Amino acid sequence: MQKEYTVTVYTEDRCGITNRITVIFTRRGINITSLTTAETEVPGIYKFVITVMSNRELLEKVVGQIERLIEIHRAFVHDEDEVVYQELALYKVSTKSLHNGDIEKIIRDNNARILTITPDYFVLEKTGHQQELIGMLQKLEPYGLIEYTKSGRVAIVKWSRRFHEHLKDLSLLEADNLKD
Amino acid sequence: MQQKDVLPMKSEDSDKREAATPEIITGAEAVIRSLIAEDVDTIFGYPGGAIMPIYDALYDFQNKVHHILVRHEQGATHAAQGYTRAGGKTGVVFATSGPGATNLVTGLADAYMDSTPMVCITGQVAAVLLGTDAFQETDVIGITTPITKWNIQVTRPEDIPGAIAKAFYVAKSGRPGPVLVDITKNAQVGKLDFQYKACDYIRSYKPVPVLDMEAVQKAADVINNAKKPYILAGHGILISGAEKLLVELSDKAQIPVASTLLGLSAMSTSHPNYVGMLGMHGNYGPNINTNEADVIIAIGMRFDDRVTGEVNSYARQAQIIHIEIDKAEINKIINADVAVHADAKDALTALLPLINKADHAEWLETFRAADRMEEEKVTRKELYPTEGQLKMAEVVRLISEQTNGEAILVTDVGQHQMIASRYYRFKNPNTNITSGGMGTMGFSLPAAMGAKVGAPDKTVVAVIGDGCFQMTLQELGTIYQTQIGVKIVILNNNFLGMVRQWQQLFFDKRYSSTEMINPDFVQIAKGFFVPGRKVTERSEIAGAVKEMLDTPGAYLLEVVVEQEDNVFPMVPAGAPLTSIRLE
Repeated sequence: MQKEYTVTVYTEDRCGITNRITVIFTRRGINITSLTTAETEVPGIYKFVITVMSNRELLEKVVGQIERLIEIHRAFVHDEDEVVYQELALYKVSTKSLHNGDIEKIIRDNNARILTITPDYFVLEKTGHQQELIGMLQKLEPYGLIEYTKSGRVAIVKWSRRFHEHLKDLSLLEADNLKD
Repeated sequence: MQQKDVLPMKSEDSDKREAATPEIITGAEAVIRSLIAEDVDTIFGYPGGAIMPIYDALYDFQNKVHHILVRHEQGATHAAQGYTRAGGKTGVVFATSGPGATNLVTGLADAYMDSTPMVCITGQVAAVLLGTDAFQETDVIGITTPITKWNIQVTRPEDIPGAIAKAFYVAKSGRPGPVLVDITKNAQVGKLDFQYKACDYIRSYKPVPVLDMEAVQKAADVINNAKKPYILAGHGILISGAEKLLVELSDKAQIPVASTLLGLSAMSTSHPNYVGMLGMHGNYGPNINTNEADVIIAIGMRFDDRVTGEVNSYARQAQIIHIEIDKAEINKIINADVAVHADAKDALTALLPLINKADHAEWLETFRAADRMEEEKVTRKELYPTEGQLKMAEVVRLISEQTNGEAILVTDVGQHQMIASRYYRFKNPNTNITSGGMGTMGFSLPAAMGAKVGAPDKTVVAVIGDGCFQMTLQELGTIYQTQIGVKIVILNNNFLGMVRQWQQLFFDKRYSSTEMINPDFVQIAKGFFVPGRKVTERSEIAGAVKEMLDTPGAYLLEVVVEQEDNVFPMVPAGAPLTSIRLE
């Protein structure tokens, strides 16, 4: 059944690794709906969080083919229930709209915060799930929204036990052992 | 500013080290010396602008490294594949940037599909020019990412030895495959303090799985309780060197063994438990009995669609034991009841002592009965025709008989490939070289060339279709220049035979663009100073094969065969194995 899944991939820091991962999705015609990557707490190890609409059976195979890549440590597929996740959105709104008292209520109700204010515009930040971010977008729309942008997903796995320890263990190992 | 990269990297530090070890050399020389350190003595390649410094360095090492100048870079890749599969050493290819690099694509894809180790080294424009559409610049890393096991671009001379060390390690270890090292020109001309270190560990790469003894025990239990066990032997047997263990397993529990196309020669064709080839044009018994076995032991194979036919009806009745080194292949097409994620040799070594002696004579007899049916309906008239035009199969039979099955058979793609694979009687491991997964027409002439270089003491016979031959025939130039004694047999039916067969069977005989109006192949060979002969008559063929084998050096034998012959048995594409047709 097609539904949204989160794929997480732990990789070495290597130019071109994103391409290596994404072509495996492309080959099977799976569209990536968001992709976030950043270095983990261990320097030199990166984590990718990829969201896709697909089915689990297919994604298990995709993950297997990703794991086979030389510079990949591990890859996992998770459904919605297996991860705690957040996305972040920024909203740039005309400062004039601040004269309207409703804006304050929108900010409060959404637990949003103001990052900057200038005479022309101010920028709000909100984290949450996509629907919540879009919900606030729709509320701001009538008040002179200038620009909206949203991040991909960051996710933490509910069933993980010792990812942090495992990454620290990795950091103790040399990337390779080119031997004398 | 970026020009800095081009200059020799010399810090005060490296000046001091130079005093201790006077090994400051160019990146280009480091390439050659790294290859020598990896025990490379043969390179297939083609020079060009961006790889000229490496070729210049090679000039000084001609006594250590033999460079074979091919006529097209694709030929270099297939030659390297043949070299590896015949001789066991990793093939090495040189090509220049741009078109040189793009010409490697087919060979890389072929080697990737067929798990063949190969190290390709391409020249690249200087690092400062990368991404600028410079002359002969192409994004070879981007292009080859999906068709290499690993690739890397090197832009600094000091990174060359490490990159090459990793390349060999990745290519050879685990499930082997091709790798590509792209070296920018500035890295070739820049200098480094050379010290070669081999690589046998990469943090993120676990090529040899830890054997799960529980899974092995479970596999043994399933096999020991089987009434109709059946081994499917794949290329992995040959790659891991598990041929003897395969025979031991089969002998001990009297298990019939069928082979995939690439698994051919893992077990001698004449072994009593060997039952034939799997697949679309495989033997009748092996296909039909796939849906009769109660336990299937698949070793080092990946359930290609040409083997399975329609997946949903494939071996539903059987418990599947899948022994496979590449985890991504397990449960990819066919779900395994017992998955043994391991190298074939490791797995069989552990499995054998747990297997009980058994006798499955009745089960084996069902294969023999199927053989008799195939013999009557197909094989006999293919192998021993008495009238009509020459048949591909009888030519293959004669080659097989006259070489005593000891020659290395190199085949191309299509009807002649299926016929040769069906009827050649393999005696020794690694004597079958063909393009399996990719089905690359034009593979065999350069691959045979490489095979002969890799195994110079063996007779190497390339069996080629008339269509395939014309895809890479320029390699006759390499064969002449390098004096490679490969025997070339063109089975000429003046058609793209396999496509024509499909058109006949599935497209209402509408022969769209499959007829070939061919040149005089013997004259072409003559132009390359390769002797040859054309045969059209049955009375001449045995003598002609003998003449070919007796003539020292390269020889081309063109055999005009029946034009509209079909290969049977045949499982129609995507159909269940039970729908196999004998005629």
